[in-house]
Amino acid sequence: MLYDVIIIGAGVTGSAVARELSRYKLNVCVLDKEEDVCCGTSKANSAIVHAGFDAAEGSLMARFNVRGNEMMGDLAKDLDIPFKRNGALVVCIHEEAKEGLKDLYNRGIANGVKELKILNREECLEIEPNLSDNVVAALYAPTSGIICPFMLNIAMAENANVNGVDFFFNTQVEALESFTCEKCGEPVWKIRTNNGEYKARYVVNAAGVYADYFHNMVSEKKIHITPRRGDYCLLDKTVGGHVSHTIFPQPTNLGKGVLVSPTVHGNLIVGPTAVDIENKEGNNTTAAGIADLIAKANDHVKNLPMRQVITSFAGLRAHEDHHEFIIGEVEDAPHFIDCAGIESPGLTSAPAIGEYVGAMLKEKMGLTEKEDWVGTRKGILNPADLSLEERNELIKKEPAYGRIICRCESVTEGEIIDAIRRPLGARSLDGVKRRTRAGMGRCQAGFCSPRTMEIINRELGLPLTEITKSGGDSRLVIERTKGVEA
Amino acid sequence: MEKRNLTCIGCPMGCQITVEFEGEEFHSIKGNSCAIGDRYARQEVLKPERTVTSTVIVIGGAKERTSVKTKGNIPKDKIFACMDEINKVRAQAPLKIGDVVVKDVCGTGVDVIVTKNCEIA
Amino acid sequence: MTSYDIVIVGGGPAGLAAAVAAKKAGTDSILIIERDKELGGILNQCIHNGFGLHTFKEELTGPEYAYRFIEQVFDLGIEYKLDTMVMDISTDKVVTAMNRTDGMFQIKAGAVILAMGCRERPRGALNIPGYRPAGIYSAGTAQRLVNMEGYMPGREVVILGSGDIGLIMARRMTFEGAIVKVVAELMPFSGGLKRNIVQCLDDYGIPLKLSHTVVDIEGKERVSAVTIAEVGPDMKPIPGTEERYTCDTLLLSTGLIPENELSRNAGVSINPVTSGPIVNEILETNIPGVFACGNVLHVHDLVDYVSEEATRAGENAAKYVQNGCKEQEGGHVIQLKATDGARYTVPCTINPERMDDLLTVRFRVGAVFSNAYVSVYFDDERVMHKKKKIMAPGEMEQVILQKKKLAEKPDLKTITIKIEAE
Repeated sequence: MLYDVIIIGAGVTGSAVARELSRYKLNVCVLDKEEDVCCGTSKANSAIVHAGFDAAEGSLMARFNVRGNEMMGDLAKDLDIPFKRNGALVVCIHEEAKEGLKDLYNRGIANGVKELKILNREECLEIEPNLSDNVVAALYAPTSGIICPFMLNIAMAENANVNGVDFFFNTQVEALESFTCEKCGEPVWKIRTNNGEYKARYVVNAAGVYADYFHNMVSEKKIHITPRRGDYCLLDKTVGGHVSHTIFPQPTNLGKGVLVSPTVHGNLIVGPTAVDIENKEGNNTTAAGIADLIAKANDHVKNLPMRQVITSFAGLRAHEDHHEFIIGEVEDAPHFIDCAGIESPGLTSAPAIGEYVGAMLKEKMGLTEKEDWVGTRKGILNPADLSLEERNELIKKEPAYGRIICRCESVTEGEIIDAIRRPLGARSLDGVKRRTRAGMGRCQAGFCSPRTMEIINRELGLPLTEITKSGGDSRLVIERTKGVEA
Repeated sequence: MEKRNLTCIGCPMGCQITVEFEGEEFHSIKGNSCAIGDRYARQEVLKPERTVTSTVIVIGGAKERTSVKTKGNIPKDKIFACMDEINKVRAQAPLKIGDVVVKDVCGTGVDVIVTKNCEIA
Repeated sequence: MTSYDIVIVGGGPAGLAAAVAAKKAGTDSILIIERDKELGGILNQCIHNGFGLHTFKEELTGPEYAYRFIEQVFDLGIEYKLDTMVMDISTDKVVTAMNRTDGMFQIKAGAVILAMGCRERPRGALNIPGYRPAGIYSAGTAQRLVNMEGYMPGREVVILGSGDIGLIMARRMTFEGAIVKVVAELMPFSGGLKRNIVQCLDDYGIPLKLSHTVVDIEGKERVSAVTIAEVGPDMKPIPGTEERYTCDTLLLSTGLIPENELSRNAGVSINPVTSGPIVNEILETNIPGVFACGNVLHVHDLVDYVSEEATRAGENAAKYVQNGCKEQEGGHVIQLKATDGARYTVPCTINPERMDDLLTVRFRVGAVFSNAYVSVYFDDERVMHKKKKIMAPGEMEQVILQKKKLAEKPDLKTITIKIEAE
């Protein structure tokens, strides 16, 4: 089958593009080497919807950041995902660095960021009492927000899927080649994967840290993306209120620095570090990294309760050499569209990038919109949002909503079943976790793993020995005891 | 004369016992705080024994495994032979605590018994 | 709203013993709420033997020990709900719970006994660097998989932490054909019982490396290797001491945390040392009529002590409801303090009027002490001085206070427990 558009990568960018393209009468598919959406950069980041004052004036980063921020409120409503504009503070702790704050303010204004304000020490401490004693001033950006990065990614992909976009997982692109269609004279891309060959008129390269690899397969104008590793610590919900805004240090040329922020689910997140590495799969944490981020976070927030860490993890940002998004058709590779170098503020920008690429292809391909496109999606029901009566009504109909599987996050069996059964449903423990938060709490799945495995086993008919943590060979148990088959 | 240092396991105290012996003859047993320690030291030097606990496959049960133990101690060097026997068991539900699933395991004179009830599915 | 005289949260060893004791003490209206599908709690997966030497004068396995109490619960006709999760306990003792058949429901309790047990400290809390592949389990989760579900998490195992569950699992995995390569322990001493080190590691030639920790986990999908290194007195890894073990499984047995989220929400004050409720001589928390026992109160070494403690909690709760849910009047409050090597005491306060004739105060030490003394001070006066051959953090210690001795000191303000060299 010849697809109109094939998107490489089911991360937040690829999924945003897929959702935009699902508006049109078009055959679209998304290929991803992992077993699920949201398995790369999109799953391990700060989960901040940035205001947009960081990026250089006139850059694509600035443009898509500000637009993405603008879009996020409505999008979160449409897709039924948690999002909160909690505001951000860029904290200045040296009198002589105050000028830098002013520069940041001016840049923000130039980028079109609204409601920016510089606060003096007293004003800072009034809204954020746990700031460092050294704080002298801060840039306040009320439009900054926090979001669930998994749910944003998953919801966009799910919505695209419901509107007709195919997703093929465990499908790794190995080679790309273009030829000219004899009938129409237009270029067609032949994509070789470990799961057979795909053909498409257009290819969108949304491959995260691998975007340079695919770009360089088709273009003489090489680009280079460095995986920039960032270590994070996630803290228990009991200390999620240590700060209520997202607290940044003043930015440096390595990025926005180590932030301290509540998450939209009520935890506290601290990170990231910034270490350039070679290995595009190198998302291991390091002792030095964790030590470094704790030291740095303490510069601008005091009394950080680091004993309350429930997990640490690392993410890889797709850092392009010029620290800029590369978005658009590749000059010497017609019908090959890059969405490359999508590092922070990539999560914020994703919906705007999707919108832009969608509009671009609409014009290029002369697309018409579907009449039956549905832009909204209902998330997995959170029974905690219901009244006692409503909840009991639900349990009467669906008893699975009466059984708690993850005690830390109070996730019921009903939610997990929904996560497995819905479009692009979960097939692994991490898939369930990202959709329902089961296993994301303070015991880190110690309690719910065996129970969730049982549910996956029942719902998908997968033997326990084939259930994985996150696809591939990440099997959770390897055999039965007593040397028997089953 | 041989000298052995043992940690008594008779109780949580974990007394450090030093035994001096020659063949089957004991010259001294020191460090124990009660008779259990003395008995343990002699036993451990001459004839070490352990209780083996494990699980067996259950056929037709509400669960696919239930737990078992050797009813008494067996010689330490028979542990893995005993495990081999335990692994071969296919016990038919229902099972009650005390039910024998292996009689006289490995010729030790000790039975392997069920330690957890298992109902019929 | 339905009501019960006593609602017991948790049907493990603590909850069961508390229920039996309360019933025997004459309170009939008792409900045990258990989140799992059967009574017995963690004992159901502890299939090894060594339980019950104190209580039953014989060595039982975990399930057998649990069944001794479960049988009594059956025989005494004590009510219980399985597969039911307590969602909330309010300060005025309304318990909100949920299950598949009853939905979400509330119960007004005359007294509440907290018996939720503890959970294992996960990898994240330890900041172990490296990848996050499959094959990393807390020892207890692995224990459940192997013993109850009948699945092997892996074949080549490294264990971090020498807590009892980790030691037990080293033997258990060995029995099931796995190779346990090493047990690394951060501290210079083991957190587990001596007998477990002897019978679970020494017997099978499994090395125990004290003052070692995991410094790297390799493997993108499944664990492929673990590197451990020696730590210095500052607990930091010493460069150059790294040893790499290829393996497919890393088990963590690095400590247990009393599970007090419900207690906290109810307004129960928590002791930061034990992470368990602060209780008085009748095992009552700061909320009158809310009692605590077992591992939710402080992590125990032996289940026998859990049963003993829970029995007292059950009796005291029965007494409380039989007294019209009112506090017994009179007396004054004596503070209990643990210093100089003693880490904490349970209880934290004593009202000499209300205490039993003999009161067992349990505590743990913070380091290994050989030939040291456990001393008890009534204010500044040393009243007890007892030599112990060995004391270790892995094992609970106790002193027994006599009511009549306390009665001799009407002005007594503080009782201090110390470890002294001489």
